[in-house]
Amino acid sequence: MIEMLSQTWPWYVAGPLIGLLVPLLLLIGGKQFGISANLRHMCAATIPGQIEFLQYDWKKSGIWNLTFVAGVIIGGFLAATLLPHPEAVIGISEGAMAELRTLGITDFTGLLPAEIFNWSSLATLPGFLMIVGGGFLVGFGARYAGGCTSGHAISGLADMQFPSLVAVIGFFIGGLFVTYVLLPLLL
Amino acid sequence: MSTTTQQPTQTTQQAPSESEFSIRPGGLLIYLLIGMFFGIILVKSEVLSWFRIQEMFRFESFHMYGIIGSAIAVAAASIQIIKRFDVKTFGGEPISINPKVWGEGYRYWIGGILFGLGWALLGACPGPMFALIGAGYPIILVALFSALLGTWAYSYLRPKLPH
Repeated sequence: MIEMLSQTWPWYVAGPLIGLLVPLLLLIGGKQFGISANLRHMCAATIPGQIEFLQYDWKKSGIWNLTFVAGVIIGGFLAATLLPHPEAVIGISEGAMAELRTLGITDFTGLLPAEIFNWSSLATLPGFLMIVGGGFLVGFGARYAGGCTSGHAISGLADMQFPSLVAVIGFFIGGLFVTYVLLPLLL
Repeated sequence: MSTTTQQPTQTTQQAPSESEFSIRPGGLLIYLLIGMFFGIILVKSEVLSWFRIQEMFRFESFHMYGIIGSAIAVAAASIQIIKRFDVKTFGGEPISINPKVWGEGYRYWIGGILFGLGWALLGACPGPMFALIGAGYPIILVALFSALLGTWAYSYLRPKLPH
């Protein structure tokens, strides 16, 4: 059992389970699945300043969601320690590996390329842009767009919201630009 | 002739206020557990992996599309059932889903593209960022801090940005 759970969970198991979170949260407390709202709650809780967008009762509207992401951190820890992947390399497709090799990535172990995601690479341009720049854009873009992958791509599209479709198209425009234009320049 | 014409008496008793539910510590435990469940799925399906995100943007595997697509299908079917049968929360409250306001639409195009740039650079969106931190990648704390700066910067610039 543990051996089976340690393998990569197939999409047809993981996807429906993620999809079930939407009705589960609605049924339990009428809550809408969306992770990036927590970044706003965290800003509102720490340095709201005089900013109108951060002046609201974050405890009342967000404590459930902040608790939820605390759970995500714990879940990440549990899965990595109790159900570690049996091989060092998770096994993305050969095609993807070949393309990433042409970018100079050689280490396919773990969940992130160790060559880029390490503390000393923060001082390099690619490392800084990918970790610090990428993080900044995720935070800025998610709030500007009013949601991230969970809020728009899953909750929004499932509710057939046209704005969410546009946002998801935007996600892919940005992602494809990075993949095919920026990364070849950076790496 | 039936003598049971009496209507079932309506219970007019006030149920304990459910709006308080979300801020009661006991009520929060369930969200912690669901979050843990989500975190485990993110790790074991490898949605949180930079490699998987690159594989997706390079259209080299169905894995990510299968996950997002089937998640949407299950969520959509559930929402239809909830709406059609006017399903209430377990606490008996009506369920309403806030529609996204279109406005001028700029926010979805520009915000979406900016988010997509960040998603592919970092290889993680917000949920996976939290799960990665738990899974033993403390470097992602830097990205999380930066994402908070980004959120703050948006909040600050919001009155000047087209929406």
